[in-house]
Amino acid sequence: MTSTLEHRMTTTLEHVATLAARAGGSVVRQVRSVLEPGALPTAGAAVEPASRWLVVTVYRERAEIDTGNLPAPLAEYGDEIEVLVREAADAKGTELGARLRTPPPSGISGAAAKVRGDDPRAKLRSALRRAKQLLEVGEVLKVDPVPHGKRSATPGGLVLEAVTRRADREGVL
Amino acid sequence: MKAATWRGINEIGVEDVPEPTILNSHDLILEVNLSATCGSDLHLLGGYIPAMRSGDVLGHEFMGTVAEVGSGVTRHQVGDRVVVCSFISCGQCWYCDNQLWSLCDNGNPNPGITEALWGQSIGGCYGYSHALGGFAGSHAPYIRVPYADRGAFPIPDGVPDERALFASDAAPTGWTGAHQAEVKPGDVVAVWGAGGVGQMAARASMHMGAERVIVIDRFDNRLEQVRTHIGAETLDYEEVNVVAELRERSGGRGPDVCIEAVGMEAHSPGPQYIYDQVKQQMRLQTDRPTAVREAIYACRKGGTVFTLGVFAGLVDKFPLGAVMNKALTLRGAQQHGHRYIPEILDLMSRDEVRTEHLATHVMPLDQAPKGYEMFKNKEDGCVRAVFTTQN
Repeated sequence: MTSTLEHRMTTTLEHVATLAARAGGSVVRQVRSVLEPGALPTAGAAVEPASRWLVVTVYRERAEIDTGNLPAPLAEYGDEIEVLVREAADAKGTELGARLRTPPPSGISGAAAKVRGDDPRAKLRSALRRAKQLLEVGEVLKVDPVPHGKRSATPGGLVLEAVTRRADREGVL
Repeated sequence: MKAATWRGINEIGVEDVPEPTILNSHDLILEVNLSATCGSDLHLLGGYIPAMRSGDVLGHEFMGTVAEVGSGVTRHQVGDRVVVCSFISCGQCWYCDNQLWSLCDNGNPNPGITEALWGQSIGGCYGYSHALGGFAGSHAPYIRVPYADRGAFPIPDGVPDERALFASDAAPTGWTGAHQAEVKPGDVVAVWGAGGVGQMAARASMHMGAERVIVIDRFDNRLEQVRTHIGAETLDYEEVNVVAELRERSGGRGPDVCIEAVGMEAHSPGPQYIYDQVKQQMRLQTDRPTAVREAIYACRKGGTVFTLGVFAGLVDKFPLGAVMNKALTLRGAQQHGHRYIPEILDLMSRDEVRTEHLATHVMPLDQAPKGYEMFKNKEDGCVRAVFTTQN
């Protein structure tokens, strides 16, 4: 009886897992098809850039964003990036995505690049944020040179300065 | 110019800093007339928000006179008397257009810090750490105001400086709490904290038609201000059982809306306070949520709890069971001041909002260290120390 039950449970779990995998795969494919119109992964997926899309929503009409004349921070990348533009639902503006054609370093070299502060995806993240500001406001907000008094050379202060220097490039985006 | 700066934990300095310049076309340079201390500054002073660098200019609640305008500024001219919202918001993104100004996508040049902390970045704030942009604060003779057409508001003739000053932060923060908590006619509203923001949340709740507004604190002079200048009821939490009193005053239901205007350094009698202090000092939690816990416990079933005091990170022993089982709505926000300041200035011009009593101690900027000490320790009945900067 126990073995029958175990068999049933195992079979059921396998079935659920298979369904979940199928459903998950389906959901992933559907999301990707929405995000990447006309760019569904195919048998040649091995050549697809490993970099995921970095996306911001720009509060501008779709017609106002000319992919042939992108703001300078993105235009400077030329053919190094792919760009997607899509109207956001519910009048939230236009989704503007970008990703590197050359996969960024992964594993240890990727982690090392992040520590060194030269992760190419971080630079692209900053470029997207600046492009959004240019499209929405017309210029990028500056903060430096900011008036301040004497900076003491404390360990905490130096860490904060290092974090702040990279704060325009880091984040969840 | 001389400015009041953060020198380290519990250390305020007055030192020379360069004068600000226009960096973006939408900037203006403001000659600061008055600049207030704020309870949220104490979190910076105490080191609870570890994103301050020595030399950072403090201050985010201020008013003054326009000294210079950038080429893109169209609504202000040199010589205009204005009050400036403490939050820096572009006015062009989806959040600003939907009146959620403190959530601005573009007002914080350091979005990576708060994205790492909270998952999303919010707008910038003057003199409030590098996590909120690293902008210089207003405890100085001059300050740069970005997005000036959006963030600076003309002060109506007849509104004195000492009143208009608090249209920068305390009053619109109070309005944000009451409005976003959806206070409506007939509500019983309880407000934890009788500082400037708590008083303004109470005043806003009354303005929005609340039947009873009850403010909770332990300092007699603040509670007296609430009764005298705001017209709300008071409770001294060291003298009474707050939850039982609130039940009695709300017909046994509990307040419809509970607004917490205390923040991450809450105080309470009893062992709970010691527990929270120990955990906070050991960095096992970043914030002390004592007043939030009590607000959740006191709130009526199906009511709303609004966290208006500043919190930075993580809290312990959060009563999620009460939130879920009592079907509470839990909300919070920094101030969406751009939305409320014009209305507040209008009410100020008609004497329907009075705030000058908050400025209990007005002093020259070079006395900022003393002012902060008095404010922090509530010495001599200090509710807010306010600095004059042009002397």
